[in-house]
Amino acid sequence: MSEDTIAAISTAYGPAGIGIIRISGPSAAEIVDKVFQSKKGIKLKEQETYRITYGYIRDKDGGLVDEALALTMWKPHSFTGEDVIELQCHGGMVVLKKLLNLLLAEGARLADPGEFSKRAFLNGRLDLSQAEAIMDLINAKTETAASAAANNLQGLLTLDIKQCRQLILEIIAYLEADIDFPEEDFERLNQSEILQRLEKIVRKIEKILQTFKGGRIMREGLKTALVGQPNVGKSSLLNTILKTKRAIVTEVPGTTRDTIEEYYNLGGIPLVLIDTAGIRVTEDAVEKIGVEKTKDVIKEADLLLYILDLTVGLTAEDEAFLQETPRDKVLILVNKVDLLPSEKQGITTQIQDKLAGNRVLFISATEQIGITELEEEIKKLFFSQGLEIKNEAFLTNIRHKRALDLALQALESARQGVRQEIPADFISIDLKNALDYLGEITGETLDEEIINQIFSRFCLGK
Amino acid sequence: MSYDAGSYDCIVVGTGHAGCEAALASARMGCQTLILTLNMDNIALMACNPSIGGPAKGHLVREIDALGGEMGINVDATYLQIRMLNTGKGPAVYALRAQADKKAYQEHMTLTLQKQENLDVKQALVEKILVDEERNIKGIETEMGAIYSAPLVILCTGTYLNGEVIVGDISYPGGPNGQRAAVNLVESLKKLGLEIGRFKTGTPARVNKNTLDLEQMSTQWGDPEETFFSFLTEKGRGINGPVYLTYTNEGTHQVIRDNLHRAPMYTGKITGAGPRYCPSIESKIVMFADKDKHQVFVEPEGLNTLEMYLQGASSSLPEEVQLSFLRTIKGMENVEMMRTGYAIEYDYLIPTQLKPTLEVKSVNGLFCAGQINGTSGYEEAAAQGLMAGINAVLKLRKKEPFILKRSEAYIGVLIDDLVTKGTNEPYRMMTSRAEYRLLLRQDNADLRLTPKGWENGLVTPERHTKFLRKKEALGAALLYLQKTMATAGMENVVKLMEKKGSAALRHGITLYDLLKRQEINYQDLVEYGLAEEVDSDVCKQIDIHIKYEGYIAKQMAQVERFNKLENKFLPREIDYQAIHNLSAEAVQKLSEIRPVSIGQASRISGVSPADVSVLLIYLEKRRRGAKATNDHKATNDHKVANAREASNTHEAEAERDNILGNSSQSGKNHVGKE
Repeated sequence: MSEDTIAAISTAYGPAGIGIIRISGPSAAEIVDKVFQSKKGIKLKEQETYRITYGYIRDKDGGLVDEALALTMWKPHSFTGEDVIELQCHGGMVVLKKLLNLLLAEGARLADPGEFSKRAFLNGRLDLSQAEAIMDLINAKTETAASAAANNLQGLLTLDIKQCRQLILEIIAYLEADIDFPEEDFERLNQSEILQRLEKIVRKIEKILQTFKGGRIMREGLKTALVGQPNVGKSSLLNTILKTKRAIVTEVPGTTRDTIEEYYNLGGIPLVLIDTAGIRVTEDAVEKIGVEKTKDVIKEADLLLYILDLTVGLTAEDEAFLQETPRDKVLILVNKVDLLPSEKQGITTQIQDKLAGNRVLFISATEQIGITELEEEIKKLFFSQGLEIKNEAFLTNIRHKRALDLALQALESARQGVRQEIPADFISIDLKNALDYLGEITGETLDEEIINQIFSRFCLGK
Repeated sequence: MSYDAGSYDCIVVGTGHAGCEAALASARMGCQTLILTLNMDNIALMACNPSIGGPAKGHLVREIDALGGEMGINVDATYLQIRMLNTGKGPAVYALRAQADKKAYQEHMTLTLQKQENLDVKQALVEKILVDEERNIKGIETEMGAIYSAPLVILCTGTYLNGEVIVGDISYPGGPNGQRAAVNLVESLKKLGLEIGRFKTGTPARVNKNTLDLEQMSTQWGDPEETFFSFLTEKGRGINGPVYLTYTNEGTHQVIRDNLHRAPMYTGKITGAGPRYCPSIESKIVMFADKDKHQVFVEPEGLNTLEMYLQGASSSLPEEVQLSFLRTIKGMENVEMMRTGYAIEYDYLIPTQLKPTLEVKSVNGLFCAGQINGTSGYEEAAAQGLMAGINAVLKLRKKEPFILKRSEAYIGVLIDDLVTKGTNEPYRMMTSRAEYRLLLRQDNADLRLTPKGWENGLVTPERHTKFLRKKEALGAALLYLQKTMATAGMENVVKLMEKKGSAALRHGITLYDLLKRQEINYQDLVEYGLAEEVDSDVCKQIDIHIKYEGYIAKQMAQVERFNKLENKFLPREIDYQAIHNLSAEAVQKLSEIRPVSIGQASRISGVSPADVSVLLIYLEKRRRGAKATNDHKATNDHKVANAREASNTHEAEAERDNILGNSSQSGKNHVGKE
């Protein structure tokens, strides 16, 4: 079964000190050796089992991606029973994704849900009682993936790719009909017509791929700045969302002297959460720098979470800021609803009135009130074209990117073949490969598709 | 009153293309065989097009031949024209097609059957399938009350099962060509609980050659240099006569449109599903209304008849309408019809009820082959007949079944499609159905299959020797090419490059690498004294093998992956209901089809990749469970499966050397004869 080598990010999304990528399969060492350079010049292929090797991850051009530790575990003494390498890098999804991409480019395949466990079981590394659990896992995760595919983001991408598939299928139908019904009388495509059609598909796929390679969102995440007066609870909110104490939180206003960036995956949307220094006028030199920097961040951000302290109310500075900022870029969060004494309840309506026409949510960062609503609101904004960036087509999934890359390669090969006038059978092989790769994204398989296409398109028959 | 008419090892019902192959295979493998025909004059009848081969179909004939079947030899002896199609589209899709002399083809096959040792040929209408309480086949009973007993029955009933001929508003029970239909036999099958479906097909009118103006039509001749279907045939018939081509026109279409209200296709008289690739002329005109003309090929039915077949003009319109639309066609203004075109509806057995051996899952010893399984075409029928015949004998001898994989033969694709997916129209073989088309070429059918045919005992010593010689010559030539260098300084190399317009060599390369250049062929090396002359067959193999090496290697790698799942066998008695994590649809489909392997399971629609993973884990769990309790009560199927797994792993390894095939030196149980 496990003739190929699989890789996946093993650590959970979100901030962590280190991130781990696990690679399992017969070519594990060979693949990792292509991207990992040990400091002492040791090839992992020659490394002993249960050893840690220190070195650097480099991309194809030799650029440094990260420093890393490689833990080698050779078969059969590993979790999966195959050759396994774990690469430990500095955390951060961006770096891990980049590394994973490098590994995939060198021939690893992205692991399916539950696949490490599945291999472990099939290789005798897990006991019988765990089998059911793995089977559950395989189906549960597949379901999640399926439901993820149903969301807007995926829906758009799938539509694009389905179109590409249909276009390829048409060319194949022409070629195959001519092969299977050579004596029949129907229109054939000539060389330049095929080339034109291929060109169109290649451009379409390249455009989709660009959103991965060049798309800022994918590279950097959706820039979401937490803005507000000092001590309204920006850092607390950040921590609540990330569920960890990363930013320094104190009662003294102005503790966050610099902007802090965190990556967070919100239901498939990569968020870069930027905690800013307060935006008040200050004499403190250090804090002043922080405030300046905040202004830049605000300018660049895709989304501003503007935080108010309910116990303080809407200040003149708040009003000034909100006046200057485009409304559809802002989500106003009125924090500390838990701290409002009952006698001051009137302030709520007061704020609501003043902010009429804005998007406003009442929350408590420390008591986790309204956080789910906040996340939902961000998702809604992202998908409902509320924010400016959403018009880019999105490619979020490395597996999909990989499939598109391979489809593109196959199409290029077909194009070259057509130019060199190689026999139609070989062009068809390349095109079918392209179709298969795209099918990995849309979940469609070839099966009867080609034949149906042939019969619906051409008048054939004795 | 019934009477005991004798007993046999194997009884074949029907003498169409499937029946003939089944009976010959069974008899040649040494079984006492009886074949029963409705009409002694109609053995191996080409009820429709007098033509054999074409893309995928020609491949099937080559495979049948490589395994020791008869179809290729028979058509080589009786063709009127032979052509290689698709020569510009890649070696895998080259396709041989022949026009056959219909009567000569029948007579040649009839005599072959009659002469065959161990084979009795009799005329009788079979009415009943006889089984015992445990659903083991006991034999059959004929209309006259004759009871023939046998543990094996192979049904090859074609379109005769409950056949109904339809022309316009006229219809009557019958088989093709004015034959009788087999009505009671269907009842017997239904009583056995088998699920029956209904299909439709049709055929055009036959016309008198003397009433055609052939000068008005274009002429198409056969290849000047003939290729043959059988690897044994060395000499042609010396004829390669023409077929004629003409077209329908707006006038034709108008006649048809004016009479659509009388077309059984559109009056609701025909209910069975017809093949999409073989529509009647009236369907073509309705479905492709924008086409202003359709081809009509006018093909001779034989040397000793003036009857001509009108390929492309199949119709079930009323007789007088057929005549009037034909007379609008160029060159047919005065045409006289000799036989009217008709549609025929017939019963078939839903093929997912079959094992990959073509044995009915629920009746021990009952095999089915050909159109009864929902296919269409002489070649598809013959291929199944051969496989059913072989597997019936193997079953009788309690030997491992003979199943060809999708990666090994078009025959494998055909049968796997039928028993795994079923079909909702008469199934026709097409090259686009084969995933590993590049490996399943018609030119290498012998390399792929003759060793297997030899093991089955169907390949004659003559064929085997010829095959070994070819394989040896090929191996030697490839080795020579790999070891021999061409250098820039060699005079004949320089001349060759100049002649072929090929870039001059800058450094020495092997002849093998030199042949990778598209413009240089092995024969060129021979002409320039760089290599020795070999048979043209070997020559072709060398060129294909070297020039398409990259693509072939890629496909071999795919086959290796494919085989991993194909070789994981699923025990027959699995209770899929009890595997909790399978999707509901998968449980239903798996329980119904009962796939032999994980590979087959993965091809069933409704079985997802996640279901396949679950099955893999289930198998492993089961294996460990079996080991733990040391359960020796594994079923017979399970054991056979394990044995096969072992032998197939071996096979998979050998397959890497596919181009040379994996020869068997053994030749045990060999009873083949010429």
